[in-house]
Amino acid sequence: MKAIVTVTGKDTTGIIAKVCTLLADNSVNILDISQTVMQQYFTMTMLIDLSTGKKNVTELGEELEALGKTMGLVIRTQREDIFDLMYRV
Amino acid sequence: MQNINDIISTLDMIDHQHLDVRTITMGISLLDCCDEDIHKVADKIYDKITKKAEKLVETGEQIEKEFGIPIVNKRISVTPISIIGSACRETNYAPLAVALDKAAKQCGVNFIGGFSALVHKGFTNGDLNLIHSIPEALASTDEVCSSVCVASTKAGINMDAVALMGKIIKQTADMTAKDGGFGCAKLVVFANAVEDNPFMAGAFHGVGEPECVINVGVSGPGVVHHALKSCKGQPFDVVAETIKKTAFKITRMGQLVAREASSRLGVPFGIVDLSLAPTPAKGDSVARILEEMGLEVCGTHGTTAALALLNDAVKKGGVMASNHVGGLSGAFIPVSEDEGMIAAAKTGALHLDKLEAMTCVCSVGLDMIAVPGDTPASTLSAIIADEAAIGVVNTKTTAVRIIPAVGKKVGDMLEFGGLLGSAPIMPVHEFSSEAFVARGGRIPAPMHSLKN
Repeated sequence: MKAIVTVTGKDTTGIIAKVCTLLADNSVNILDISQTVMQQYFTMTMLIDLSTGKKNVTELGEELEALGKTMGLVIRTQREDIFDLMYRV
Repeated sequence: MQNINDIISTLDMIDHQHLDVRTITMGISLLDCCDEDIHKVADKIYDKITKKAEKLVETGEQIEKEFGIPIVNKRISVTPISIIGSACRETNYAPLAVALDKAAKQCGVNFIGGFSALVHKGFTNGDLNLIHSIPEALASTDEVCSSVCVASTKAGINMDAVALMGKIIKQTADMTAKDGGFGCAKLVVFANAVEDNPFMAGAFHGVGEPECVINVGVSGPGVVHHALKSCKGQPFDVVAETIKKTAFKITRMGQLVAREASSRLGVPFGIVDLSLAPTPAKGDSVARILEEMGLEVCGTHGTTAALALLNDAVKKGGVMASNHVGGLSGAFIPVSEDEGMIAAAKTGALHLDKLEAMTCVCSVGLDMIAVPGDTPASTLSAIIADEAAIGVVNTKTTAVRIIPAVGKKVGDMLEFGGLLGSAPIMPVHEFSSEAFVARGGRIPAPMHSLKN
């Protein structure tokens, strides 16, 4: 199963490193990363593959959310299907 | 990967524009619960519902978490209880409503619909028993919703039922007067009722439906409103196109939720209801969409045309996004549940006659309207008759959910709180319809040829 991780909040050092470390610790493969910084507001989206991972999307989502809170960021994990369906005919 | 802007746009819709799936409604047939002994029926109803819908709420919550989509309500609809109760010796069906209420609470849903009767052509004994039990049933339960279909395009308008429902609404208001007549907020009088509607208070599981089914109702007035802000001053072609595209996205989400819920619960998927269902929250209003089209206040001249465009564009955009569309599908205009409608009614720009005109082009009818507590039953019946006539002649569903606010007069406010919001008491015509309603009988079905 694939999911989209969205990280938003004030830009600071080490955001990607921390998120990627958590994903690697859970054997989750990152397929793609895209990021922008607008007016010091950091936005990153990642496409991840959970098929090799140890946790399901809800469990992983909760861990990422908790990690986000420690850095003052909002991290959301959602199954990819929702975006596929909403924007493609 | 997905376009980052699309992802951000979806999150923005959820965070700031009230995008959500309004309801997952499980329809359950109770036809196998009939018995002569009403207590046995009540037990069978409780057992069947709690077994079938045991995992409904849990599954809804799982889907919410995995996809990051809020699913506001999980609900249940059942076979019209007038049919189930027909076999009972007992004539008061209120104990069956209590069983439904208990089952709904056990399952963790917030409403259960189906304390209903379909009497568009005439009453069975069971129908009459049910209708007379409505005030007690609604006063003695919290989550049970009731509906009565009094008219259809094929059968005409059952004016005896129309007359009776005026009285039943008054009785229900009196019996729930301490809660502001809350019972009436759970009672809908329909013309051309649909069997697969997932929205309350009018949901019931029709006899043409399978044993168990999942229907989903989407929402998203806030998202449509936000999208229209980007086409200020543009012609209506652009407005319609923008609404269609937005409705497509909203409905796709509903379709996804419906498919997931259906497969996880092992219950067939029925329909997605493409509706714009407002809430009293700021930024989640259908009235504000109409105002965004250029009306100073909802209810002024042009409102019906604006609503017609909105209603049609929502269906056109949504229909391609789902493989089965049904229910009521369109824009809802419940006064108390829509922040913009409440404001418009308070200023006096929106009145009952204009709302009636709006119901010719929207998905349902006179919805969540509070009128003075001393409104005679015959006037309520006449309002129902007018609304039923619109539905019957135009081959569409119409409904009346009206609350005679006991002890209140025009200009007062009726507060329900939560999703049901608050309603300013609106004036009704003072002139009598008594003799009209007293005639009874049936208004014949309209001609549907010679359309010129």
